[in-house]
Amino acid sequence: MSGYAYYPGCSLLGTGKSYDESTRAVFEALGVPFQELEAWNCCGATAYSSIDECTAFALAARNLALAHRRGDPIVAPCPNCYLVLTKTQRYLQQYPDMRQRIEQTLERLGLQLGNEIPVRHPLQVLQETPGLEEIQKRIQKPLKGLRVVPYYGCLLARPFPIVEDPWNTTILEDFIEVTGAEVVPYAYRTRCCGGALTGVIREAGVRMVHILLREALRQGAQVIVTTCPLCQFNLEAFQQEALGNNGIQERIPVLYFTQLLGLALGLPPEKLGLHRHLIPFQPRHAILQEAVS
Amino acid sequence: MEIQRTIKYEAELDRQFAYEIAQSPGAETLFECIQCGACSAACPVSIYMDLTPRRIIAMTREGFKHEVLSSLTIWLCSSCYACTVECPVGIKVTDVMYALKQRAIKEGYGPRKVLTRLLAESFFQTVKEDGRATERKVMMRLYRRAGLGAMLKMAPLGFKLWRTGRLSAFGTERIPNPGEVQALLECLEEQTGGEKS
Repeated sequence: MSGYAYYPGCSLLGTGKSYDESTRAVFEALGVPFQELEAWNCCGATAYSSIDECTAFALAARNLALAHRRGDPIVAPCPNCYLVLTKTQRYLQQYPDMRQRIEQTLERLGLQLGNEIPVRHPLQVLQETPGLEEIQKRIQKPLKGLRVVPYYGCLLARPFPIVEDPWNTTILEDFIEVTGAEVVPYAYRTRCCGGALTGVIREAGVRMVHILLREALRQGAQVIVTTCPLCQFNLEAFQQEALGNNGIQERIPVLYFTQLLGLALGLPPEKLGLHRHLIPFQPRHAILQEAVS
Repeated sequence: MEIQRTIKYEAELDRQFAYEIAQSPGAETLFECIQCGACSAACPVSIYMDLTPRRIIAMTREGFKHEVLSSLTIWLCSSCYACTVECPVGIKVTDVMYALKQRAIKEGYGPRKVLTRLLAESFFQTVKEDGRATERKVMMRLYRRAGLGAMLKMAPLGFKLWRTGRLSAFGTERIPNPGEVQALLECLEEQTGGEKS
């Protein structure tokens, strides 16, 4: 085993670049062995399922076959990739006819689907390697006094949750607490951000973003922490429209949980991609300013 | 005054449609729906829908093909899976929505101004060419078809993303061997084409 097969996915090469940068930086700092899955292709996302489910599963299956050849578990920071890879694996077992068609096609390319390959999210990976206790010991710049909203989004919670009991889980909250920050109770932590709607039926998408942001502000949060590139993008890029057009002046930065963790670990902000954000993270307290400088 | 019949006679329904949808992965228990409405209640977008998810299920299994495939609902679904985990009889409503989208695209439904369909198609094309989805390429493809107005509305955001290095102006993400993905997809398309003709 050469460590986790890191599967960044398409978003992390573009709008979610800072998620890629901060995940790599945190993995390196905490000694998680990983290497990018070579020649990975797009997982298919939601768009492919709208065209044809068999080709959607085939696209994801190629990645599973590549990881099988390497013999490593997959780690996918993007919840959509995590879902598609997990769902494909599940459905290929449930629907043997489809599996056979896809297997035959992959074989022509010299690829094989093996047994089930673990597909993990960085939250799960870091919880084991090195584990929260160990992470606690390595915190150099505790983010004391920072009020953080934990926002999971949809796909880590359902339909294939990363934890046994998604209703009562605190996996993301635990990571926020370990940084020394304060977790703000947030009823909408697994409510949909609108997904691709902001790009296609904008009014509906922006409305959903508005609901999430208004609640975060009402709770007095100073930052929203996400685990998903699409959630981050929607909550940040459409904030002006979602809040400003409704007469709300406040703005709230939206970070990835890996960025928050990285800051607390004392990693330099530019290694975590903080300069890429449209709403800068500029905490008011002196102790926090030290962490981001 | 011109009068119109506002109900549909049973003979006008497409029962076959219901059986076909029920055969897609995740829709097996379509006919077991008890119309409890848990899906509609869980759905964060149902308040904008012309037909709520519960009604989509009811109308699909009765064969209201035209109404279901021309609804805005299937394009509003953001695939959050809230309905799927709530359904007491195990209908994967999100998958049913996918099956309906596939049918609508194949049969030419979907109003032009709803971009969801165009997005799916631009995404599909881009991944087929490169093996990966370069966001700029997907969006340019989408807005070229959606029109100048829609593109201009997105332009300021595109500029900000470019400035922060989150949207490349020229570069394309491509796997080393995009032919492999093309071969994979074409091979399956041939099989599907053969089956359905």
